Amino acid sequence: MSPLTLTLKDAPRQRVDCSALTPTRLEGRSLRDIAAIELPCGNRKPRVDALFELLGDDTSNLVIRNGCDKLDRIGEGMFDGAIEVEGDAGAYLGLGLRGGRISVRGNCGAFAAAEMKRGLIQVFGNAGDFLGAALPGNRQGMRGGTVIVGGNAGDRCGDRLRRGSILIEGNAGEYCASRMIAGTLSVLGTLGAYPGFAMRRGTLLLTSLPSSLPATFGDCGTHDLRFLPLLIQSWKSLDSRFARLAPSARVRRFMGDLACDGKGEVLVWA
Amino acid sequence: MNINGVDIDDTFAEAFGMKATRVLVTAQNLKWAYHAANAATGFATSVIACGCEAGVERKLEPAETPDGRPGASMLFFAMSGKELAKQVERRVGQCVLTAPTSAAFAGVDGGDPIPLGKNLRFFGDGFQLSKLIDGKRYWRVPVMDGEFLVQETTGMVKAVGGGNFLILADSQPQALAACEVAIEAMRKVPNVIMPFPGGVVRSGSKVGSKYKALMASTNDAFCPTIRGITKSELAPGIESVMEIVIDGLTDADIRVAMRAGIAAACGLGAANGIRRISAGNYGGKLGQFHFRLRDIMG
Repeated sequence: MSPLTLTLKDAPRQRVDCSALTPTRLEGRSLRDIAAIELPCGNRKPRVDALFELLGDDTSNLVIRNGCDKLDRIGEGMFDGAIEVEGDAGAYLGLGLRGGRISVRGNCGAFAAAEMKRGLIQVFGNAGDFLGAALPGNRQGMRGGTVIVGGNAGDRCGDRLRRGSILIEGNAGEYCASRMIAGTLSVLGTLGAYPGFAMRRGTLLLTSLPSSLPATFGDCGTHDLRFLPLLIQSWKSLDSRFARLAPSARVRRFMGDLACDGKGEVLVWA
Repeated sequence: MNINGVDIDDTFAEAFGMKATRVLVTAQNLKWAYHAANAATGFATSVIACGCEAGVERKLEPAETPDGRPGASMLFFAMSGKELAKQVERRVGQCVLTAPTSAAFAGVDGGDPIPLGKNLRFFGDGFQLSKLIDGKRYWRVPVMDGEFLVQETTGMVKAVGGGNFLILADSQPQALAACEVAIEAMRKVPNVIMPFPGGVVRSGSKVGSKYKALMASTNDAFCPTIRGITKSELAPGIESVMEIVIDGLTDADIRVAMRAGIAAACGLGAANGIRRISAGNYGGKLGQFHFRLRDIMG
């Protein structure tokens, strides 16, 4: 069996809702059935074969070629299997993901990994705003799994993050870890303004001191925290710079946001 | 059966089903890991009055521990899951949490989970934090030397307790010397502990007593100083008897340990005053596991 490959014929003029194209939803369906699926696109519903050329038969293993930033909701709610996007992905990548693996060779739009519960999302390029966040009005963002971003992440990364790990190899924008409830967010590059705004619990792990922290964070000094070698060890199997980090336990610890429970921590490797 | 001049009795050790768990303790160095482990497994020779039987299984190299520090592996055995959970929590709380630089981790992944740090975390008075790493939950409790890291639960498994054998010798020093070589050999066997002081017990017991309040009393049949006035199992010339009790995660582990220990004791042989190897049982009616000495040494 070869992976089911969907090659985008032309960049669509309107955004396309690709949530129907997941291994979970395509399981057991023939190529003819898949070709006939209608995908919402603006006020139209073009068939899959009007947008993509189809090849292959393994629905548990999808490849989307010529990806572009108008392909929204790729991998939404999928339970297992794998999706690989060659090119860019649109907004809501892996929304509510419950298992499996999504990788994007290019960039992705806003709300990637929003409210995901399990699985792995790896974006080799940049991610948009609200990575791993909650949808507007919802109380909890990402609740499990791992997200890796090879480039930079936009603003409000990890907003309302509840559980799981967000690993950013590049920089993160403003309000990183805002309203974070728990979980782990690590950034190897720099941060924008207001990191940890309204953070309740959880860990924001950094390689360098942020240019500023809200005044409601307290400096707790430099310490050896023994959970860090375990955390770093758990990243060893990832295809990421995080897998090559030294298992150092020594960090400078800031705790806050004291305006909001104050049990969150910003750790900066010493 | 006779090995190196030592008679192996045609009898068996009688052992019981128990519940067990393993806990790994690590620290800044081996010295402090052992301080914590020795304290946590102290006063745990017999379930009769200690609540559980426990011991240090072995030393752990940094590469073998979850946090990459030196450590020790402890085994705990109790007659019920409820008692085991109570004892583990109490001992880790009083002896590991309190020990400088220590951390505690589950040593059994499967089985039924019992609390390790699940309730100890409340010592943190609201400042405790949890981390879910690779599907395992850890608690970070702020303490005066830094942070106590403890895994939330450890796995409880079925186990076997009460495997044993007796060493009968011409003199007390010779019996003890044989026990020492036996214990040294048995400590190389994984998944077992010998819970008594130094691994050796000199006060083997029988079921019942002339005093109604006591469930067990001295095993007079093997007491040399009353040989002349009781129904003794001891031949003339036997001046001292010592017992080694073994708890193991499986009956196979106990067999391996018993074989190693008896072989080592017999290695000293009759030339060093070792006369007989026997075993303690209750007629085979109480324990589910019977370890026949001659089968094990065959």
